[in-house]
Amino acid sequence: MTKAITVSGLHKSFGKTHALDGLDLAVETGEVHGFLGPNGAGKSTTIRVLLGLLRADSGAAQILGRDPWADAVEVHRRIAYVPGDVTLWRNLSGGEVIDLYGRLRGGALDKSRRADLIDRFELDPTKKGRTYSKGNRQKVALVAAFASDVDLLILDEPTSGLDPLMEEVFQRCVEEARDRGRTVLLSSHILSEVEELCDRVSIIRGGRTVETGSLSDLRHLTRTSITAELAGEPNGLARLPGVHDIDVQGRRVQLQVDSDKLDAVLRSLTESGVRSLRSTPPTLEELFLRHYQDDAQADAPAEGALPR
Amino acid sequence: MTATTTPTSPTPFSVRSGGARQLAGTGTLLRFNLRRDRVMIPVWVAVTALLVLSLPGSLESVYSSPAERADLARQLLTNSSLRATYGPVFSDSIGGLTAWRIGGYAAILAAIMSLLVVVRHTRDEEESGRQELISSAMVGRRAPLTAALLTALVANTALALLIAGGLAGRGASGALALGLGIGGVGTAFATLAAIVAQFTESARLAKGLTGGLLGAAFVLRATGDSATNDASSPLTWASPIGWLENVRPYADERWWVLGLFVAATALQGWLAYELAGRRDVGMSFLPTRPGPATGRLATAGALAWRLQRGAVLGWSLGFFAAGVAFGGLTKGAADLVGDNARTREIIERMGGQSGIEDAFLAAMAGMFGMTAALYVVSSVLRLHAEETSGRAEPLLTNAVGRLRWAGGHLVIAFGGAVLILLLSGLGLALGYGKELGPVLGASLVQVPAVWVLGGLAVLLYGSSPRLAVGAWGVAGAALLLGWIGPALDVPQGVLDLSPFGHLPKLPGGEMSWGPVMVLASVAVGLVAAGLLALRRRDMTT
Repeated sequence: MTKAITVSGLHKSFGKTHALDGLDLAVETGEVHGFLGPNGAGKSTTIRVLLGLLRADSGAAQILGRDPWADAVEVHRRIAYVPGDVTLWRNLSGGEVIDLYGRLRGGALDKSRRADLIDRFELDPTKKGRTYSKGNRQKVALVAAFASDVDLLILDEPTSGLDPLMEEVFQRCVEEARDRGRTVLLSSHILSEVEELCDRVSIIRGGRTVETGSLSDLRHLTRTSITAELAGEPNGLARLPGVHDIDVQGRRVQLQVDSDKLDAVLRSLTESGVRSLRSTPPTLEELFLRHYQDDAQADAPAEGALPR
Repeated sequence: MTATTTPTSPTPFSVRSGGARQLAGTGTLLRFNLRRDRVMIPVWVAVTALLVLSLPGSLESVYSSPAERADLARQLLTNSSLRATYGPVFSDSIGGLTAWRIGGYAAILAAIMSLLVVVRHTRDEEESGRQELISSAMVGRRAPLTAALLTALVANTALALLIAGGLAGRGASGALALGLGIGGVGTAFATLAAIVAQFTESARLAKGLTGGLLGAAFVLRATGDSATNDASSPLTWASPIGWLENVRPYADERWWVLGLFVAATALQGWLAYELAGRRDVGMSFLPTRPGPATGRLATAGALAWRLQRGAVLGWSLGFFAAGVAFGGLTKGAADLVGDNARTREIIERMGGQSGIEDAFLAAMAGMFGMTAALYVVSSVLRLHAEETSGRAEPLLTNAVGRLRWAGGHLVIAFGGAVLILLLSGLGLALGYGKELGPVLGASLVQVPAVWVLGGLAVLLYGSSPRLAVGAWGVAGAALLLGWIGPALDVPQGVLDLSPFGHLPKLPGGEMSWGPVMVLASVAVGLVAAGLLALRRRDMTT
C-alpha cells in the first residue's frame, strides 16, 4: 500500500509554545485512520499543516505524494476537509455553500449523491448561515465533503453537535467512503466512533506521537483485568511478571495483567483450579485515559498550545 | 439560532411578573458594556466634541468682525441649497454660527454612535449566541435592553456635558441647549435602534436600517429647510435633527422643544420594551427568508462579489447622491466664500489657486477621495474579517489559492474605488450643471492616492492580521489632515505626509503626471508586497 499521508519529525511553534514537537504520522491509502489526543495535543495544528494553512518550522510532510505547502491547490483538488466548528456566511443558504465548495474542488457535485446525503442528514438546504444550529452547520460541511469525489477526507472532530442518529449516518458515510477506496483521517474524541470506524489509530500528546497501530496492536500494550473464583489457594500470582493491583480475598482473586503476560497468569490460575473466570479486555477508554493522564502529568504546560 | 423556552414549573409564570426582578443584573451589565466600549465611546465622544469645540476659534479667525458675521448670516439665509445642507442660521453670534455649521452633523455622529452601541449590546449579542449564556445567569428579562440603553445614555450625556461645558464661554444657556439637543438626537436614535433591533435577526441589518432612518431624518430636515428659512416646515418638524434646529441654541432658546426628545425617547423606549417582551431570545419579528436550495456560485471571486456587492451598491449610491448635492452647492458656496479673504484662502489651500468655483470643486473631489479611502480600507479588510471568523480556512482547503482568494476581494476593493469616485464626479458635474470632463478628471485623479491607502491595508493585513486595523488609523489620519488641516494652518510638510497632498488640484490646476504615476507605482508595490507576505505566512483563526 502507498501512503496517503506521511509526516516525520514535524515541528511548529507559536511564539513560545511548541504545538508540534517532532510529530510523526503515517496514513495508508484506503484506510480510516483515527487521530487521537487530549485537547491541545496538536491535532488541529497537524491538520492545518497538512492543509497548507500553516507552514511547519521543520520536519517533512507529504500528502497524496505532494508537499502540502507548495502544492496546496493541486492537493486540495483531491481532498475534502470538515472543521470541528463550521462558520457560514450569514446571507448564503446551506445549499449554496455546498455547491460552492463542490465547484471549488474542481467540478459540480453529483446531483443524486448530493440529494441523497441532504436527505440522510435531514438538512434543510434553504436556511441561511446564522439560522443553522451548531449541528446543522456541521451537516452542511459534511454533506459538501461526502458529496465530492475526492481521494482523501480530513475530518477534524466532525461530529461535534450531531445527535446520535446523525452520528450513525455519519459512520455509515465514512464506511461507504472507505468502501469506495477513499482514505479518511479522523480526529475525534468519541471513542466508540473511533473503535467502530478506524483501521488504525495514532495517539499524540504534547505535539509528539506516542502510539500508533491497529486497535488490537494497542490493546496488547495494555492490561486485561481478571476476576476468578479458585478451587484452592492462589499460588504465587503476585510474583508473576506483569501482574498489577492484585487483590486476594480467600479464594477470590482480582488482578490486572499486561496483555502480553496473560499466559503465565492463566497457567497459574488453572494450577489452583478455576471455578469461575471473568476476563475483561481493556476498553478503549482505559487505553486512552492512560495516555491522556500521562499527558496531563508529563506535559501540563502544553495545555492550550493551540491558537484559537 | 432558535431558542424556545418551555416553562416546566407547575404554575405558569407571567412574563409581566416580578417587576424589579426583570431588571436584575442591569448594573452589572451596564458596567460590563461600558468596559467593552471603553475605547470606542470615549474616542467617539471626544472626536465629536472636538469637532464642535474647535469651530468657534476658526469662525472667529475667518469672520472676525460682527459686521462680517451679520453679512454672512444674511447671505446664508437666502441660499436654499446651503440651508438644505446646514439648516437656517438664527443668530450671527459666534455661538449661533457654531450651532448652525456643526450642530446637525454632531447630532448625526451622536445618533450613529448611539445606534451602534445599542445594536451591539442587544441584537449582536443575540445573534452571536452570547446572550443565551448571559440570560441564563441571574439576569432579568429586561436587563440587557435596559443596560444597552443606559450605555447609550451615559455616552450621550457625556457628549452633551462636554459640549455645554466647552462652549459655555460663548453663552452658557446656548451651550447647554446645543449640548442637550445633540445628546437628545443621540438618545432618540438609541431607542429607535432598540425598536429596529426587535425586527431583524441580523445585527448588521438592524444597524443598516436604523442608519437608513437617520438618513431619512436628514433628508426630511434638508427638504424642509430648503423650502423655509426659519425651520418651520412640517418636514423639518418631522425630523429629530429638525428639532435640534428648532431649539434655536444661541437665539432665544426654545427649551420646550427639548421636551420632544424626552417624549420620543420615552415613547420609543416603551415600544421597544413591549416588543422585546413578546418574542423569544434570538428570534425577531421579521424572520430571515429562506434561500435557494442549490447555488450557482462557482468561484472565489463570485463569492467575494456576493459578499461585497451590497456595500459597493451602498457606497455608489451615497457617492452619487452626495456628488449631486455638493455639485448643486458649488455656485452658492463659491459666491459666499469668494467674499471672504480668509475662507477663500482655506479653500484655495484645499482646491488650488484658480477660480473659486474650480477650487471649491477640487476641494470637494478631494473630500470624496479621502472618503473613498475609507471604502477601500473596509473592502480590503473584508479579507481580515473572513480569516478571523474562520470562514476563510475551509474555503482555502478547496482548490483555491490564497492569491486567487485575496484577488477576488482586491479587485472589488480597488475597482470599486474607481467606480465610486467616477460616480461622485458624475454627480458633482450633474449638480453643478457643466464641466463634465474636467470634473470627472478631478475625481479620477484621486484614484492613485486612494489606492496607496488600500495598498497599505493589503500590506498590513498580509504581514500580520493583528496589524490590519492600523489601516483604519492611517486612512482616518489622512482624512482628518485633509479635512481640517488647511483650516488649522498645518504646515505643507505635514500635509504632504498624506498621499492626497501630492495630487494635482483639478479642475483648474495643472495636471501633473509625475506624482500620479509615482503614487500608482507605490500602490502596486504595496499590494504586491502584501500579497507576497500573505502567501508566506500562517493563516490564523
